[in-house]
Amino acid sequence: MTTLDSSKEIQKNNSEVHETHEDFRMFGLITFLIADGMTFAGFFAAYLTYKAVNPLPDGAIYELELPIPTLNTILLLVSSATFHKAGKALLKDKNSDSQKWLFFTAFLGIIFLICQLFEYFHLPFGLTDNLFASTFYALTGFHGLHVTLGTLMILIITWQSRINGGRITSQNMFPLEAVELYWHFVDGIWVILFIILYLL
Amino acid sequence: MTISIDPQKTNNESLQPKGWLRYFSFSLDHKVIGIQYLVCGFLFYLIGGTLASAIRIELASPMSDFMPRDVYNQVLTLHGTIMIFLWIVPVVNGAFGNYLIPFYVGARDMAFPRLNAVAFWLIPPSGLMLVASYFVEGAAQAGWTAYPPLSITTPQSGQIIWILSVLLLGGSSIFGGINFIATIIKLRRPGLKLMQLPMYCWAMLGTSLLVVLSTPVLAGTLILLSFDIIANTGFFNPVLGGNVVVYQHLFWFYSHPAVYIMVLPAFGLVSEILPVHARKPLFGYTTMVFSIMGIVVLGLVVWAHHMFTSGTPPWMRLFFTIATAFIAVPTGIKFFNWVATLWGGKISINSAMLFSCGFIINFVFGGITGVALAQVPFDIHVHDTYFVVAHFHYIVYGGTVFIIFSSIYHWFPKVTGKMLNEKLGILHFIITFIGFNLCFAPQHWLGLNGMPRRVAEYDPQFQFVNQISSLGALLMAISTIPFLINVFLCVRNGKEAGDNPWNALTPEWLTSSPPPVENWEGEAPLVEEPYGYGKKFSAQK
Ligand code: HEM
Ligand SMILES: [Cu+2]
Repeated sequence: MTTLDSSKEIQKNNSEVHETHEDFRMFGLITFLIADGMTFAGFFAAYLTYKAVNPLPDGAIYELELPIPTLNTILLLVSSATFHKAGKALLKDKNSDSQKWLFFTAFLGIIFLICQLFEYFHLPFGLTDNLFASTFYALTGFHGLHVTLGTLMILIITWQSRINGGRITSQNMFPLEAVELYWHFVDGIWVILFIILYLL
Repeated sequence: MTISIDPQKTNNESLQPKGWLRYFSFSLDHKVIGIQYLVCGFLFYLIGGTLASAIRIELASPMSDFMPRDVYNQVLTLHGTIMIFLWIVPVVNGAFGNYLIPFYVGARDMAFPRLNAVAFWLIPPSGLMLVASYFVEGAAQAGWTAYPPLSITTPQSGQIIWILSVLLLGGSSIFGGINFIATIIKLRRPGLKLMQLPMYCWAMLGTSLLVVLSTPVLAGTLILLSFDIIANTGFFNPVLGGNVVVYQHLFWFYSHPAVYIMVLPAFGLVSEILPVHARKPLFGYTTMVFSIMGIVVLGLVVWAHHMFTSGTPPWMRLFFTIATAFIAVPTGIKFFNWVATLWGGKISINSAMLFSCGFIINFVFGGITGVALAQVPFDIHVHDTYFVVAHFHYIVYGGTVFIIFSSIYHWFPKVTGKMLNEKLGILHFIITFIGFNLCFAPQHWLGLNGMPRRVAEYDPQFQFVNQISSLGALLMAISTIPFLINVFLCVRNGKEAGDNPWNALTPEWLTSSPPPVENWEGEAPLVEEPYGYGKKFSAQK
């Protein structure tokens, strides 16, 4: 057997020729989220340009109601906190607590989506009514898609942490940490979206 | 926490087909994936090249007599899209990046082997889909830029398939980019510093940053465009209050960097090839690194030079002209460094070297016309004429494709263990170089004199020059024949190459040819100075 210059990160395994290395899946995920963020950045840029360059005639401007999106903002911020709790609990090996927090987070995500649908059904405009309407649905819809995926992933890891005596444990935190990072990212995007779309 | 990548298990040899069959299977070996990218890209290049020949045949006469006008537009669209998204981008990034980067960072595979395979396997189906879109009712005919309102108002089913295919290809290149960034930054063997990496790693790091930052914007844009087509929204449709210029901004925010996504890896490859065949260290390593990063930053802020004629306000024109002109600085640095690398070297005249030198010459020409185009008054004069066509073919063909061939000649012995025939290689170079310049140099003249691009018919006064150009295209088509014969003969009974036929110092040459499944038997060789020619080489040999 030959030994690689062995630091604590890369070691050569005794018998087989393969290497172990630091887990950098998180690094990959962050890179992916930067890319995903650029998609939103493109949408935001388009929306802001439309707002500045293509002002709509007075009658075509809709007032957006604030209560539902404000509630949604709070829901998402709280869900970020509950997700954090889930991670903390898992670290202390309190698996069932962690599952409860995860489940609660997913629940908040679902409520968010329901509220968003409710908002959609009560808006006085549809997708093709005018440019503002289209951009509104494109932005919130694309974000809603992210929330949907996130919620599904939370449900999946909740389920995975229950079966087989817990596939996700304090020894194997990555799936939980990854979904958590993604969830915080989606929340962050929502806050920006809320400010740009509803408050500006 | 540590995880182990275990190609033995994931790539179980007993389950994997042996020999050349493994290149047709879902493999996780970065070398296999690299070759898959290359071969797949080359097949699409043959399709794209056939379409180019069809275009040039049409343009050999002033009337549209070879194909109807709308077919011309469809062929043109397919040609541009295939060449960019299925030939150049996958090959300079995916093929060479996958093959070389793990060697260069001293790893046994890419950071995420599975993601890597997924990125590749997105390409053949979406490519076939793109080609198939030609045969549906109303193929895409709005050019590779798919500018609205044209792309919204022309028949639509083809355009939708076009969008879907480009979205998938974009996804493939984002996955690839993430993998390269992680591999280069995180998977370096212990003790290998960033400033010791071969130049191609730096080029790929810069390219991948561009991919990750700009491709998603194109994806978002195309999603909006497809809404315009399918759901009748009005993002880019002036009739419905939309704004076509917003599309152009978003599109070029990707597509200007895309130029560097195609050409930065070529910069990296040429920086690997020149030192070996000139037997000299790469001149000015540090300045090379900084110029790559300079190009990345500037590349992201100059997109609007494609829109000087779209009603941009004066401040924008000023800013984007200056920013664009500045790119000439890092590019110029690189050029002088290559020349300095060659200067006084022990140059061997072989196919790899010839294609690299051809690249330098063509690229200077394309670069100069690029700076000229950044000047607003000049751009307004030649916008949408053949001058632009000539300029970008000097970059994409004269630059990138020349380097692809150069790299094939350079690394073929490593990949197959066999040497390509030099005589055929030099013949290939000569025909390509003459054909290329004959085809595209006259187009500068056409453009300056006002021949518009993207039209099947033109003023008869341009006929003679167009025929010269078509003759050049014919030569380029012919030039692939010696290449294909060469590869065929070589695979059948090529000369054994040995592990390091060029006596090169970069790590991939320090293993056997072809390399074993996990790159090295046993310990990975440590290369501190990949360009130590002259100094180190005499001591070693
Ligand atoms: C094999 C030699 C090639 C020939 C003879 C050729 C010829 C042509 C011609 C005549 C056009 C039409 C120009 C116009 O009317 O606007 C064109 C367009 C184009 N070509 Fe090539 N080309 C070649 C290789 C390539 C390569 C390698 C690329 C790689 C990126 C490429 C990218 C494009 C693009 C992007 C367009 C614009 C398509 C559009 O406007 O939608 N070509 N080419
Ligand atoms: Cu540009």
